[in-house]
Amino acid sequence: MTTLQTVFAKAKADNRAALVGYLPAGFPSKDGAITAAAALVEAGCDVIEIGLPYSDPLMDGPTIQDAVHRSLTNGTRIADVFRTVEGVAATGAATLVMTYWNPIDRYGAERFARDLASAGGVGTITPDLTPEESGPWREASAAAGIDTVFLVAPSSTEERIKAVVECCTGFVYAASLMGVTGARESVNVAAEGLVERTRAHTDLPVCVGLGVGTGAQAAEVAGYADGVIVGSAFIRRLLDAPDEAAGRAACAELARDMAAGVRSHV
Amino acid sequence: MAQDGSILTAADLAGNGAYGNDPDVHGKFGIFGGRYVPEALIPALDEVASVYETAKNDVGFLREFDHLLRTYAGRPTTLTEVPRFGEQAGGARIILKREDLTHTGAHKINNVLGQALLTKRLGKKRVIAETGAGQHGVATATAAALLGLECVIYMGAVDCERQALNVARMKLLGATVIPVTNGSQTLKDAINEAFRDWVTNVDTTHYLFGTVAGPHPFPEIVRDFARIIGVEARRQMLELTGALPNAICAAVGGGSNAIGIFHAFIGDKDVALHGYEAGGHGLASGEHALTLTAGSVGVLHGSRTYVLQDDEGQTIESHSISAGLDYPGVGPEHAWLKDSGRATYHGITDAEAMEAFSLLARTEGIIPAIESSHALAGALKLGRELGPEATILVNLSGRGDKDMGTAMKYFNL
Repeated sequence: MTTLQTVFAKAKADNRAALVGYLPAGFPSKDGAITAAAALVEAGCDVIEIGLPYSDPLMDGPTIQDAVHRSLTNGTRIADVFRTVEGVAATGAATLVMTYWNPIDRYGAERFARDLASAGGVGTITPDLTPEESGPWREASAAAGIDTVFLVAPSSTEERIKAVVECCTGFVYAASLMGVTGARESVNVAAEGLVERTRAHTDLPVCVGLGVGTGAQAAEVAGYADGVIVGSAFIRRLLDAPDEAAGRAACAELARDMAAGVRSHV
Repeated sequence: MAQDGSILTAADLAGNGAYGNDPDVHGKFGIFGGRYVPEALIPALDEVASVYETAKNDVGFLREFDHLLRTYAGRPTTLTEVPRFGEQAGGARIILKREDLTHTGAHKINNVLGQALLTKRLGKKRVIAETGAGQHGVATATAAALLGLECVIYMGAVDCERQALNVARMKLLGATVIPVTNGSQTLKDAINEAFRDWVTNVDTTHYLFGTVAGPHPFPEIVRDFARIIGVEARRQMLELTGALPNAICAAVGGGSNAIGIFHAFIGDKDVALHGYEAGGHGLASGEHALTLTAGSVGVLHGSRTYVLQDDEGQTIESHSISAGLDYPGVGPEHAWLKDSGRATYHGITDAEAMEAFSLLARTEGIIPAIESSHALAGALKLGRELGPEATILVNLSGRGDKDMGTAMKYFNL
């Protein structure tokens, strides 16, 4: 199984940043999510985050909200999320689940960690789980042998960054801007400073997400971060395509552009 | 408010922890409360908590708040005894706390004046708020106009339609009203959208949260600013009847008016505390907002509390004829009061609420908000149970002018 540790070690050896792609389970369809993620891997994504669709995604912008709403309307359940993880992990990419906390809380932390590990998942990203509330989840994850990724933000104080990175294994997710998910015209200049401030507190890889939508932006971020996280830009391709195959092709094209970007960092 | 002429004290505001149910340093009421929010918002929440901690012990702040409550909101609000209504409640002595008589017509003004003053102390010029029935939106727009703050209100598109009059009021008061068209298009989605705005504009903006839910410190701050309801009522009950009431009835959506009247009585163990949630079309119909009565423990909008959710933690859409109670979560302190047994929570159906709405109008000449009508319906049941010896204090949290459209449809007026 490919772990986050092997992914980042390999990227470092290649003198490049890792490319992390996000897609929600069940979108554009249950099987379509797996094939789209597989296309991202084939086009150069090293890590895939599978989103667990949640009814109240208060950190997400309109693009991901739309996709998640469609997924839930399609009847996506947590079992489908694990099936998606299994399908994607089979491609050889390190596969994580990104989820708001309540679905894990309801499912049961230990059971979720165990089932995710069984499906071949390597960890989770939990954007609304603060260090103060993360104890039970970190214990369950450690017992199941999966990583726990948490977020730092431009507003984070040194003290908060320290508290967050102490809870992280695998990598640290640096939110590039103050805002919700979604591609932007340019990547916030605060991102580089945040990565630097984060590195002062940890040796873990630091990946930057929020607002990255083009190969050029990926190249820019790869200049200072260990990984580049892209979500809404892929989902936008799937939403705008006339059918799943066309959406998949458009995603693959963007992923190739991004993969070139993380290799040609400025 | 302490005594006539004197100013609000820090104890009036927070009770100084006298009841053992102030949240801990992480905002926890037992297992409930806390913070489940994006890390980006933590510094802002810390800042609000720290500015509030200073303000509540600052005589200058208390004096300013007290002045606005008296000269602008119209406090103290009176008690009104309603014997003709009480006849229908088993002859029990029913006494209303008249929050409907405050400026803007509902108890929400208490919290918004306090938080608008905090906004100034935070050095911020813009406030955002969510609203269900529109009462919190109107109150926020009012306080923003009074203090010269820019104001943006998020309101579910369905609610905008149900409460068109309040939308017009907010616009007249200079606020921008943004209809929220995603999800169930009601209060919970308005809250999601307000959080998205806040994380984007947190440097300039205070999220003027409207109920005792959400991440710490909101449940504590909103409770403290609403607490004046019970502080006044406790003193007024002793003056009027020479004793404390046997029971207190209040409607519970997010729970701010209920915690506002309950809190000063929590230490009075002989005073029963009853909260009434919106039963909608009844528990069996699945169309209700019975969060405490029929929900389960989970996390919603940044706080651990009771939630209407399915077996995988997806929020279930609530239903109520009353937009202000149409919410699938509830404040964490209510969850704590429920589990500790100090307060009891019940459901009131749309039909029961509308019957009480009409009854109070006909017997006493008071048109209550449909939200408050849930507490009135509860008092009718409780009075019949307790009999004519009982004294029941009801929080009449708001007036019914805003509900005339619903009433016209419901009663074919």
